[in-house]
Parts: sequence; C-alpha cells; structure tokens
Amino acid sequence: MASNDSIAKETEGSASTDYTKIVQSQSFQELLRKKRNFIVPLSIFFMVFYFTLPILTSYSKVLNSIAFGTISWAWIFAFAQFIMTWTLCILYSKKAATFDRLVEKIVKEAKG
Amino acid sequence: MNILAFILFLIIVGLTLVITYFASRRTKTTADFYTADSSLTGWQNGWAIAGDYMSAASFLGIAGMVALSGFDGFFYSIGFLVAYLVVLYIVAEPLRNLGKYTLADMIAARFNEKKVRGVAALNTISISTFYMIAQLVGAGALIKLLLGIDYLYSVIIVGILMTVYVVFGGMTATSWVQIVKAVLLMAGTFIISIIVLAKFDFSVIEMFKQMKTATPLGGDFLNPGNKFKDPLDTLSLNLALVLGTAGLPHILIRFFTVKDAITARKSVVYATWIIGIFYIMTIFLGFGAAAFVGYDKIIGANAAGNMAAPLLAEAIGGDFLFAFVSAVAFATILAVVAGLVLSAASAFAHDFYGHIIRKGQATDKEQVVAARWASIGVSVLSIILALFAQNMNVAFLVSLAFAVAASANLPIIVFTVFWKRFNTAGAVTGMLVGLVSSLLLVFLSPNVWSPVEGAAIFVGEPLFPLANPGIISIPIGFIAAIAGTLLSSKKADAKKFDEILVTANTGMKDPI
Repeated sequence: MASNDSIAKETEGSASTDYTKIVQSQSFQELLRKKRNFIVPLSIFFMVFYFTLPILTSYSKVLNSIAFGTISWAWIFAFAQFIMTWTLCILYSKKAATFDRLVEKIVKEAKG
Repeated sequence: MNILAFILFLIIVGLTLVITYFASRRTKTTADFYTADSSLTGWQNGWAIAGDYMSAASFLGIAGMVALSGFDGFFYSIGFLVAYLVVLYIVAEPLRNLGKYTLADMIAARFNEKKVRGVAALNTISISTFYMIAQLVGAGALIKLLLGIDYLYSVIIVGILMTVYVVFGGMTATSWVQIVKAVLLMAGTFIISIIVLAKFDFSVIEMFKQMKTATPLGGDFLNPGNKFKDPLDTLSLNLALVLGTAGLPHILIRFFTVKDAITARKSVVYATWIIGIFYIMTIFLGFGAAAFVGYDKIIGANAAGNMAAPLLAEAIGGDFLFAFVSAVAFATILAVVAGLVLSAASAFAHDFYGHIIRKGQATDKEQVVAARWASIGVSVLSIILALFAQNMNVAFLVSLAFAVAASANLPIIVFTVFWKRFNTAGAVTGMLVGLVSSLLLVFLSPNVWSPVEGAAIFVGEPLFPLANPGIISIPIGFIAAIAGTLLSSKKADAKKFDEILVTANTGMKDPI
C-alpha cells in the first residue's frame, strides 16, 4: 500500500484471489468457529473475574476478612488475577497451535 | 548532586547512543524506520513491549501509590496486566495481519478513504502526545530531584535525547533502547525485592504482618478503599486500565516490528510473563518503601509518591543502588518517550504526509526524510507543552491517555475485524465521538475543576463527578461507532469484508 497505484493493483489483485470462496470454505468456517468458541467464553470469563475484584472491594467488605496469617482475601483475589492471566495466556498459546495448522491448510487450499 | 548517579546516567546515555549509532547505519528505508524492517524475534519484541509498558508511571508511580495507599495502588498493577489478555485474544494477530506501519493502515485496509486515515492519525497523535507530556513532566521532576538541574533544562535534555534516538535510529534504535532498559529495570527491581524480602526473613506472611503497624494507615493499609473511595470511579478506572492498553498507539505499532501473526502472539505472551513478574514485585517496592523509608520522607520528596522506589533503593542498598535505580528510571523515561515520538511521527509522516498530502506518491527516501522531520516536530511540540504542564498531575495525564485510547481506538479496531456491517461512517463517527467525549469529560472532571484552590487547574465545581471518564466515554465510543454505521445509508462492502476476514485470520494478502 505504498502508493495509489499499488492500491489499484491490490484491488485488481483481489479479483485474482476469491476471498468470498475462501470465507465460504469448510476449513475457514471451522477456523472461525474454533476461534470463536475459544475466545468468546474465555474473554467473558476474564472480564467477569477481573471486575469481580473492584466490585467486591467497592461495594462490600467481604474480602477484608483474613485468609491466613494477616493476608486478607482481597490480596488472595489480587494474586489470583495474575495466575488467571498467565493461565489464560498458556491456554491460548496451546490452542493457537491448532489455529495455525488450520490456517496452513486454508492457505494451501487457496493456492490450489 | 549525587556524583555516582550522575556517572551512571552518563553511562546509560552513552550506551543508548551507541545503540542508536549502530541502528542508524541500518535505517535506510521506510520499513527500517517505522518497523525495524519487521526483523525482531518474539523474544526480543516481548522485552520491547514490556519496556514500552513499564513506564515511569508504572515503576515510580505504582511503587509510590502502594507505599502511600496500600492495596489500592495494586489495582493499577492488576489492570495493566490483565489488559494483555485483551491484546492477546482480540487485537495482536489481526492487527499484525492487516497493518503495515501504523494503526491507520489497519483501518484503511478495510476503509480506504482519506478521512478514515486522517481521523485515525489524529487519534494516534492526540493519545501519544498526552502520554508523552506525562512522561516528560515526570522526567523533569525526577532529574530535578536527583541531579538538581532546573525543570526547564531537564525537559530539554530528555527531549533532545529522545529526538536523537528516533531521528537517527528509527524503530531499530527505539526497540533496542527499550530492550536494554527493560532488562536493567527488571534487574534493579529484582535486587530491591530480594533485599526487602530478606529483611522480613524471606517470609511474605511476616511482611504482611509487619505492614499492619508500619504506616500511618495502620491495619487499613492492607485493605482496599484508602485511595479509591467512590465505587463508580474505581470501576471507571479499572475499565480504562483493562481496555486502554489495546488502543495505545505506541504499544500497537510494536506488533509491526515482527514478521507475522504467530511471532506477534509469541511476543505478547513473553511480554505478559515479564510484565506480570514486574507488577508482582511492585508489592515489594511499595511495602519496602512504606516500611524502610517511611510516609513522611516519601511525601517530603514528592507529594505524589513518585520518589518512593529510588528512596527505597537508597535506604536498603546505599548510594550505589540509589544511583543505579535512578539511572534506570531515567532510561525508562527516555525509552518510553522515544516510543511515543515514533508513534506520533509515524502518524504524521506516513498517514498525513505520505497518504493524504502526497497521495501515496512520495518516494521511499522522501518518506524517511518526512518521518525524521515529523519526529523533530513532535518532540519540539511536546517539550513546549511539557513546560506549560509542569504543575499538572502526571497520573491524570496517563489515565486520560488510557481512557481516550479505549474510547476512540478500541471500538474501531474491534469492529473493523469482527463486524460485517461496519462502514466508513461508523468508523469516522466512532473515532471522533470517542475522542471528543473522553476529552470533554476529562475537561469537566475533578482533575480540572476543584473548589479548593491549587488542587486542580481551575477553581470551581466539576460538572462531571468522576476522575476517570472511561465508564461513560468507552460505551459512548462503541455506541457512536454502531450508530454511525446504522444511520448511514451506505452499505458495507461485503466482498471487502470477506477479504479483511481472510487476511485478519490467515495473513493471506494478494501480492502488492
């Protein structure tokens, strides 16, 4: 996209690759479905988990009770946010390997 | 003046200039300048992202906030980290697949119209400038405290250095300065954390126990609610923190420095580990400062608590650790402002000059020259603004940047990739309304208006009660993008969306 010429070329080029056909292909639909089934529920989960902490600390004092020693549940919940982030990161990395294989397949099919 | 600190400052500046010298010899094309020719590995870019992110606000600000208000300061650490899940799950890979040099490239991949690119560039420049003023104000205050140099000269020195990195070394120098600084910062923070922990016999339980009596807050120090008392404001801040990162231009352009979406994903994963470990350690920084420096001394050095970390280093490690941590804090500011200059300059040179003024006809050489002049222009402008902003609250400017990023950029990024009906009108409306509403709400907020003289910029009752506009302006940004789309008579190009969908998910593009 360095110039208008190349944009024009690109538009011509899009005629050479039939994107609509790729979108409708079985492998591509499978990729979209797999991604959606992974990303949507986990995104909802981490947003809910994340906002539960400030909501609980703002509107109640339940997290001020002690878990062990002098460490309260608020701190345990705060640390749990770190564990949650790392865990979801690892899960995504593993899952993404299956996305990558599907992408490879789609690219191969598109190139015929 | 602390001579040891001064010598370490010089060593770090020298090191970064050497990096810039070598990078400048490799910076010839526009791709070199904007993206280091997409040559970074996932591991390198992970450190560079972490470096861009662990700004002075993170390192100095959070340490100070934990030291002064206990648990509440830790909210920032949590929000800044969880935000990376939004980046990893939703933004990083499509952005790498669709974009080239700037955020506007990604949006223009779907809506190839000048006004879309222009508004996207305007957002990038606004957000980067606010963020940069905050860093420069912090830098000025820090150097003034450490070396006794006037605020005016401090800001000018930092300004000149950051301009040199960007103008001569482009993205290659900026990335490597970022990586070196991130490693130094992690090392410094780790050493302090170990010493603090040793003082509590390596027992976290013992540390928490002693913190109950270590500060004027007493047992409340360990409970939430010392700083953030208004529930709605707390939620608003948390919303801006978790969604803002995915719209920050200087973080987003880091995904163009790697070759493909897989490497972009890897770099976010590495960054998340590094940043997470760093933010865990902010507890030791904050608790340590509260216990071994003390409330009065922290407040005495800087009312916002920004000197807590360097003072802690001095208290537990003597002159050398103090000098080291101060020099690293200085390097942190330099590196982050360099990244910000680059993101604003890219938007000017690539989007405004290259695509709108020259209509894409500028040669590679002309573009690099334009990008270098844009960097100088951005630097000079932000130095001047920083001189006027000397007495403004740094945290206010940073949270403003996060709120604007989440309100103006995030809705557009999400809809460009995921919403079939989304169209040009929606993109332009969403970006403009998100930008204007977040700015307007901040202007009407208690950050700007306070009945107490000296507490804010103007004396008077704030018309908008929340310090952070996120909870209102982020939904407004999303709604404006939806409304703009639905109210426009223009139908979205279904064929174009198919193309975007394929490219965003697979990286497949027709050869240009």
